[in-house]
Amino acid sequence: MKLLAVETATEACSAALFVAGGILERFEIAPQQHTKLILPMIDSLLAEAGLKPADLDALAFGCGPGSFTGVRIATGVIQGIAFGLDIPVVPVSTLAALAQGFFNHNTAELDVVFAAMDARLGEIFWGVYQRDSQGFAQLIGQEVVTPASLVVAPELRGIGVGSAWSVYQDELQLRLDDKLSYFEAQHLPSARTVAKLGVHGFAQGLAVGAELAMPVYLRDKVAKTELERKSV
Amino acid sequence: MYVLGIETSCDETAVAIFHSNKGLVHHLLYSQIDMHSEYGGVVPELASRDHIRKLIPLVKQLLQESGLVNADLGGIAYTAGPGLMGALLVGAATARSMAWALQIPAVAVHHMEGHLLAPMLEDKPPQFPFLALLISGGHTLLVHVNGIGQYKLLGESLDDAVGEAFDKTAKMLGLGYPGGPKLSALAELGTEKIRFPRPMTDRPGLDFSFSGLKTFAMNTINASPKTEQDKADIAASFQAAIADTLSIKCRRALRQTGLNRLVVAGGVSANTQIRAALTLMAAGENADIFFPRAQFCTDNGAMIAYAGCQRLIAGQIIEGQAITARPRWPMMELSAID
Repeated sequence: MKLLAVETATEACSAALFVAGGILERFEIAPQQHTKLILPMIDSLLAEAGLKPADLDALAFGCGPGSFTGVRIATGVIQGIAFGLDIPVVPVSTLAALAQGFFNHNTAELDVVFAAMDARLGEIFWGVYQRDSQGFAQLIGQEVVTPASLVVAPELRGIGVGSAWSVYQDELQLRLDDKLSYFEAQHLPSARTVAKLGVHGFAQGLAVGAELAMPVYLRDKVAKTELERKSV
Repeated sequence: MYVLGIETSCDETAVAIFHSNKGLVHHLLYSQIDMHSEYGGVVPELASRDHIRKLIPLVKQLLQESGLVNADLGGIAYTAGPGLMGALLVGAATARSMAWALQIPAVAVHHMEGHLLAPMLEDKPPQFPFLALLISGGHTLLVHVNGIGQYKLLGESLDDAVGEAFDKTAKMLGLGYPGGPKLSALAELGTEKIRFPRPMTDRPGLDFSFSGLKTFAMNTINASPKTEQDKADIAASFQAAIADTLSIKCRRALRQTGLNRLVVAGGVSANTQIRAALTLMAAGENADIFFPRAQFCTDNGAMIAYAGCQRLIAGQIIEGQAITARPRWPMMELSAID
């Protein structure tokens, strides 16, 4: 199984290739450069593995939440490749990729992550993830977009991960109180973890066709209709 | 060579296939106008969201109805600008990556070059050189065209584009979005009772200015009893002033350049009164006039597939693997095809 993954929902731009049981990755923190970097990254991964595009079996992408434009770059790239090659796609939550990145680098007893990314407009993208018996990030409850002061967490003790923990650390600490062990705001989602979760999701039958590989925005109301503006 | 064309620069998702010898094979369009009309104008974020939902299904349908498969394609052309950044990015990322997957060339097409070349899709295409008047919601350009990519800017709007003036005036008249076509329909019911100014026609030069017309329209509307007939007459008077101004500038440009062919393209070129006025003017100047068919005046995939095909045939694969989206992109920066 050869699976290509991309993740462009934040200022980090990355691509990864799962091949021969291992993962190769290209990763760069490069705001506004994703459109220039992503295909050359993909190309260099395939060159390193000695593969052609047609050798790929499946794709995965960080489907958000995150920067709307960033998420759509990943979606467009993956849809184009998936349709071109007629291969399936596994959409992977960007918050899950963020949590998985933490789990990959820490011991098994640190098993709950409060994944939180800045969503602008005074809100954050929020999801609670727990490490399952195989080491994969498993969502508890739902992902939401919410003000930091109103997040809802289950009765579990965990670690805060993601950019919202630097922007809204006071609000989040206050709200989570003794559920929070500590936080690490510097983590970014990466294609390596999207690939790992993608391979797992593929085995679980979660792959879809190109036209069903869709972004997850969480924030669905982005403008007011004329009627709504008049009624204010 | 079959070339797939993809256009997502604003509020239409459009795709087409053009063949270098057989010509236009097929084209499809999905318009977002109904969605945006609830908001009184194009909401860029919603436009981007809709493009990414609709593009792949539309390409799939296009290929199926054309009896083609991916492997038949020799290249992919996509609109890289000018337009809405987020909207452009959807088409650019999808098209460029699909070309990468198929290991075929991709070409970044200039949206206004697409419009300018749209009359080439007709049975009697214009020969080079010609004068081109490009009129749309975002542009008002007079261009001396010697060949593909050989453009000399003769004049442009110093403020509002023609289509913008139509839309803004339509809004003042209480017409919904998109205003241009609604204003034209209303104008059919009125007559030119008010003499609107013909901006910048009383001095030399080929530039345009339409923001004054908009102000004049507002003052006229405010001073009128605002009956339906008044509104229709104002619409007719406004439209007549635009048609007349465009005719005066085109006549001047034809005389100044010595050209005897005029191409009129872009969304506003679908306007029947403007077409009539320009046709009359061209006849008086012994010039031939060329318009795209109505459905290729507005945004479409066919013009992008055509323009891209010409550049691919000329070996102009100008980009590497970058996904190109340029919201602002002066047409005069384009390279020539020999």
